[in-house]
Amino acid sequence: MHNEHIEEHFSSRNVAEMPSDYYMVAIEDYPKDGWGKFKRAAKRAVKGELFVGLWVVMREMIRFDIHTVQYPAEKMPIGPRYRAVHEMKRLWESDTERCIGCGLCEKICISNCIRIDTRIDENSRKEVSEYSINLGRCIFCGYCAEVCPELAITHGGEYENASDQREHFLTFQDMLTPLDTMKAGAQREFEGFGAITPHEDERVKKTPLAY
Amino acid sequence: MSKITINIDGKDVETQEGEYILNAARANNIFIPAICYLTRCSPTLACRLCLVEADGKQVYACNAKSKEGMSVVTSTENIAKERRAIMEVYDVNHPLECGVCDQSGECELQNYTLEMGVDQQHYAIKDVNRKDKDWGHIHYNPGLCIVCERCVTTCKDMIGDNALKTVARGADAIEAEFKDTMPKDAYAMWNKLNKSLIGLTSGEEMLDCTSCGECAAVCPVGALVDTHFTYTSNAWELKQIPATCGHCSAGCQISYDVKHTSIDNTNEKIYRVMNEWNYVALCGAGRYGFDYQNKAASKDETAFAKAVEAFKKADTIKFTSTITNEEAYLLQSLKEKFGYKLVNNEAKAFQTFLSDYSEISGKKLYGYDLEATHNANFVISVGAALKSDNPNARYALNNSMTVNKGAGLYFHPLKDPVIEGLGKSIMTMYHAPLQEEVVLYLILDLFADKTKLPNEVVEYLATFHGTKTVTVEETIKEEITEIVKVMKKNEETGEEEEVEEEKKKMVPKKITKEVEVDDNRLLAILGAGEKFMEELEKNLAKKDSFVLIAGADLYTHPNSKNLARLLALIEKYSAFELVMIPNLTNTLGVSLICELDDATGLHTVGYNTKGDFTLSALGEGDLDMPAINQQEGTLTSINKRVNPTNAAIGYNGYELNDIANALGLRAEHVVEYTKMLPTHKGFKSQEFDSLPNHYENDRTECRGYLLDNVAVAASGDESVEKFGDEKLDGTLIYMANPVRQFTPFTYKCTNLDEVSGVYMSEEFLSKSDFNEGDIVRVKSASGELVANIVSDNKISGDIIVLPTFDAKLNSEALFSSYRFATASIEKV
Repeated sequence: MHNEHIEEHFSSRNVAEMPSDYYMVAIEDYPKDGWGKFKRAAKRAVKGELFVGLWVVMREMIRFDIHTVQYPAEKMPIGPRYRAVHEMKRLWESDTERCIGCGLCEKICISNCIRIDTRIDENSRKEVSEYSINLGRCIFCGYCAEVCPELAITHGGEYENASDQREHFLTFQDMLTPLDTMKAGAQREFEGFGAITPHEDERVKKTPLAY
Repeated sequence: MSKITINIDGKDVETQEGEYILNAARANNIFIPAICYLTRCSPTLACRLCLVEADGKQVYACNAKSKEGMSVVTSTENIAKERRAIMEVYDVNHPLECGVCDQSGECELQNYTLEMGVDQQHYAIKDVNRKDKDWGHIHYNPGLCIVCERCVTTCKDMIGDNALKTVARGADAIEAEFKDTMPKDAYAMWNKLNKSLIGLTSGEEMLDCTSCGECAAVCPVGALVDTHFTYTSNAWELKQIPATCGHCSAGCQISYDVKHTSIDNTNEKIYRVMNEWNYVALCGAGRYGFDYQNKAASKDETAFAKAVEAFKKADTIKFTSTITNEEAYLLQSLKEKFGYKLVNNEAKAFQTFLSDYSEISGKKLYGYDLEATHNANFVISVGAALKSDNPNARYALNNSMTVNKGAGLYFHPLKDPVIEGLGKSIMTMYHAPLQEEVVLYLILDLFADKTKLPNEVVEYLATFHGTKTVTVEETIKEEITEIVKVMKKNEETGEEEEVEEEKKKMVPKKITKEVEVDDNRLLAILGAGEKFMEELEKNLAKKDSFVLIAGADLYTHPNSKNLARLLALIEKYSAFELVMIPNLTNTLGVSLICELDDATGLHTVGYNTKGDFTLSALGEGDLDMPAINQQEGTLTSINKRVNPTNAAIGYNGYELNDIANALGLRAEHVVEYTKMLPTHKGFKSQEFDSLPNHYENDRTECRGYLLDNVAVAASGDESVEKFGDEKLDGTLIYMANPVRQFTPFTYKCTNLDEVSGVYMSEEFLSKSDFNEGDIVRVKSASGELVANIVSDNKISGDIIVLPTFDAKLNSEALFSSYRFATASIEKV
């Protein structure tokens, strides 16, 4: 646009001019003739260590004492801070969604994969009419969960996102805790960045109330 | 006023004598926190944040005037304490759910709370129930209101509607202990804040004003929000497109705030219009009339081929003034190349009027502008339905009265309660139509320097003067002698006794006196009241800068030539400066750039108006064109400024430039013509991309460039004709739009909901047998139309108003050219 003047300053881009700790690495000259090249290739390819590795595999196979996880039949437990596909939480008190449509997740998202549409509802409250996360772009950085003032958007443990298309979208309803999970009291709180820490009360200065 | 130097925080600053310290600081990029002050309005003194120390004394920067050599410190330990306490008070009971507030991200409460470092609260008070109010186009949430009164101030000092006021909050008193423990100013501010909220002056449930939305624009928090914008987007998601409003000749600075339409639809959509409200005030059309874009899905090649064909066949191009300067230049180039006749009656009338005016004034354009009118203190308006023809002219008139202790004089046949509502210092004179010449003669008579005015004019004016004897009642003081009895001590006897004594005393007495006074028959012809001269003299006291605003009624008046010459005489021989209101958005630009013709030929191409082949940005022609909000280009405003505007919304169809290129002109983009606009008419040879569009902190308007007011040879003949006594009898109709409507483009906007029809005042409806909603046939000498009656409480009197914003109504057919006509009205 014509009226915007964005100026960016890079003080110095030339590394060579800086008095620095850079030093040159001594590298042998490359072989120039065919014989020299062959010797180099043979020297790099044929090594005794290859057979050491092969022997270890062979030995473990014969022992039948396998330590790897038998995925997908077997899965590792996921830590509470693990950042996988997002979840939208509900309020414990009323089972309604926590999201207030503030749009901070949309703003902070560094890969620009969150979009939110809001409107005024019948009760004059702000309502989220449409919400989507483009999982093809999401880098699961966790900023959205960290910035959310209501602990509404969080990360879950679902990391299996194989899809037939790259632009796999997630809508609000997909992420929202199902009502029966709520009824069963089975909604799990997120304990990663943005969640309340155990000593939060001690650090908050209380606002006086005149009631 | 003289230039002085003051010192703010160790920096020498040059300013005007008497300028507020806050303005002097702002103009020199020195930051003084302030919430309630609006640059062009009077100080409110609600927030008290702008506390500074001037020459060792604490004052409020927004109302303390600069004096030579003054030394100002913007922050001291005590002031910092006050400011922090003030922000804490503002945060008392203010909801913390910023996430659901529309102002979040551009909220001054958020900004200053952080600026003052408020991280804990020391004060508390019981809140009162503050319920949301739906005021129509504005939504008021008293829970968020900090009662800075900026809305009230702008409505009173700038807009003139006086629709808002502070009302009682009904809260408990602040606990007494705070009085001693709190900083003084913070306590005083809290005390006032705790007593008030914002309410409607009318006492009704709904706002009934001219619906400009300026109150919501200036609101520092989310208390006043445009209803259409509520909860639709966060401020930070919107991209600002700097532009110029395309609805009227004021050419206000606006920014279209755009964002993708929705998750599914990535096309840009305008969510709202914002303005630099410290420096420019918008009307409702500018603020809410933004979605008039023409949706052309794709380039329609067959229609385009037909258009080129039509241009080859046509001998006339008919167009309206809702086009950019560049397009006007294109049309003129086409005329020069192919000999088209260019027909635009409204611009032609203005062009002729300007050239008639130049014959005496010796310059191409009127000398003054609306920006300067804001600083005048006596403003006269003639021949304009001011509130709807150019809302910004009304703001200038009102602002000059409220801030400069000015006065105004409004001449127009149509009674206007909005103008009357501007205040006590506006005088209105509702003369008969066709008497505009008399008005101008009266102004000459009252204000012109008769020693310099041409002799014939002086003699002609003298014929209206005579003397008459009037009986005046006055109070004089008369000396009377009365005999009073007093008790006195007899010196001889030593006893008290009653003695009679003579006493002289002054008493007021009313007498009637016959005096000879000047009898000005011009006043009688115009129907001025008895008290007119007396009131005028009172209003003229201490006035030193005078502005005359001339409107569109004059340009199409049967004796427009004489009116133009009279205006030139007034400008030349009196202290009055002159501003003319161009009829439409770019009437001034078109009348400067295009050579216009009177008569149409055999085949016409119409641009935004009906022709044999019609190009239309309204989407109803034979080929689609982009609307102003989809175009780049420049518009010439009433302030003689060539303002740039940018495209806010995409457009996929063809534009005029494509047709011109097909016909042999060469320009990739129409803005390549910006630098070619005629310099001998006052335009400058500047690239479009080099034109700025913003305001500086010191109010400097950096928008486009100002036209040169080119000198033209004056004829030397300064004679003017005497006024005739033509009259319009019977029922009068007047061609004017309601406020917020100008053209079919404003009619297209979803947020402007004015109803089309025949506008009658409530006063007229109550005494006639017509009712709102009745279908009537309006018939004049030149045409007729059938439409329903709309009751309009923004006019009064008997004149019936026919709007032009609805093309289907075709009001123009009823008027020969003058904006008034006589008509008969009957129910059908």
